Amino acid sequence: MYEIELKNLTKTFEDKVTKVDAINDISLNIEKGDIFGIIGMSGAGKSTLIRCLNYLERPTSGQVIIEGKELGLLSEKELRQERQEISMIFQHFNLLQQKSVVENVMFPLLLQGVKKAEAKKKAVSLLEKVGLEDKAKAYPSQLSGGQQQRVAIARALATNPKILLCDEATSALDPQTTASILSLLKRINKEYGITIVLITHQMSVVKAICNKVAVLESGQLVDTGKIGEVSLPEDKYFWIDGDSKLTDNQSGKLDINNSEVDGYVG
Amino acid sequence: MWDSTIVNMILEGILQTIYMSVVSTFLGYVLGLPMGILLTISDVNGLKPNPILYKILDVVSNLVRSVPFLILLILLIPFTRLVVGKSYGSTATIVPLVISAAPYIARMVEASLKEVDAGVIEAAKSMGASNAQIVFKVLLVEARTSLITNATIALGTVFGYSAMAGTVGGGGLGDIAVRYGYYRYETDIMIVTVILLIVLFQIFQNSGMAIAKKFDHKK
Repeated sequence: MYEIELKNLTKTFEDKVTKVDAINDISLNIEKGDIFGIIGMSGAGKSTLIRCLNYLERPTSGQVIIEGKELGLLSEKELRQERQEISMIFQHFNLLQQKSVVENVMFPLLLQGVKKAEAKKKAVSLLEKVGLEDKAKAYPSQLSGGQQQRVAIARALATNPKILLCDEATSALDPQTTASILSLLKRINKEYGITIVLITHQMSVVKAICNKVAVLESGQLVDTGKIGEVSLPEDKYFWIDGDSKLTDNQSGKLDINNSEVDGYVG
Repeated sequence: MWDSTIVNMILEGILQTIYMSVVSTFLGYVLGLPMGILLTISDVNGLKPNPILYKILDVVSNLVRSVPFLILLILLIPFTRLVVGKSYGSTATIVPLVISAAPYIARMVEASLKEVDAGVIEAAKSMGASNAQIVFKVLLVEARTSLITNATIALGTVFGYSAMAGTVGGGGLGDIAVRYGYYRYETDIMIVTVILLIVLFQIFQNSGMAIAKKFDHKK
């Protein structure tokens, strides 16, 4: 059984004058433990595709099957329960601005009805995991982008999800911070066995941590497979290759040589 | 002429003004807050779009807001009598004040809630939050500062309207200013009441803003 199975997924946006296929007939299998990259240009349909994986966006047709469960057949309530096991992090972090760091991490647990003391304990241990235990009482506006993304990651892990969706999670970050966030994601993938699906327009991100990749172009799947087997469309993207070596150094002191450059120009 | 009767009257006026403004604003929120929440979630881009409900609330709020307060005050006299048993006095004035303030408050609540970052709402959805949880744990919390600021504005507006209470014998400082200053040419009483109105307004405004600032963690 695949962890995530997409069958002929199509999402059409319609208004009075126009009709756009954001994604068109996409079939894809993602295995447990994968770090699966979906790469494409702006407007290729990446955001729509990743939002279909937790049904934040309801596909027009096709199926999303998570561990054998078809999301389209679930009731609102069942869907909300399912979402608790599919966490998501975002390009702009989307933290609650009026809540402290530790309250942000506690938030998904409190939504589930976990007792406050218990949620706090869990949150504190997760903040240690992402190296922000000293910022527990700070507010998001007092943190740097990289720190905010770490909080978002801690928050995403709070409910022990089986899948982590990353929506351009490093696009708003500088190269060093990007590298440190990626190494954190890799560590999480290894330690917890969480399947990670990430969308990005940065080829370097895919090369750095993904074991599989899918290339999306104007809503269609162009190619998919293991890194190395897929011919990535080099003419459309450019990147500084380096070795994409990631150190497990949390402090963010990473060698400039292996860090990133904004993925693609066009 | 500044005998104890006058002083007592002014003191009573202060209390009546505060009573009318605070109680009316509070009750205005009892009606306006849920209405504003409903406007927000039933909107096309809301959590649960419902064009019919939105239109009804929209029309009702615009309708009430388009009637000048002084007219509303008179139009509502039969209704006021029904609710509080009489159509004059401070308590009676609260009825039209609430009716007139609620739609304003609803609109301000709607504006505050719509300011909340869509990304944060999406994040909550991705965690499996229900619509009710999003309203009470995300929208109202994230919009807190804006809600408090707007509540201060609402209180100030109701405070101003309460001066018209004199029309129905409602009392309060505004009433005194009109009766003594305008009808009886006792300018000094009018000036004193106006100064008191200004001072009260400043107190309301500054404490409202201080509270809003205290609760704001976004910078």
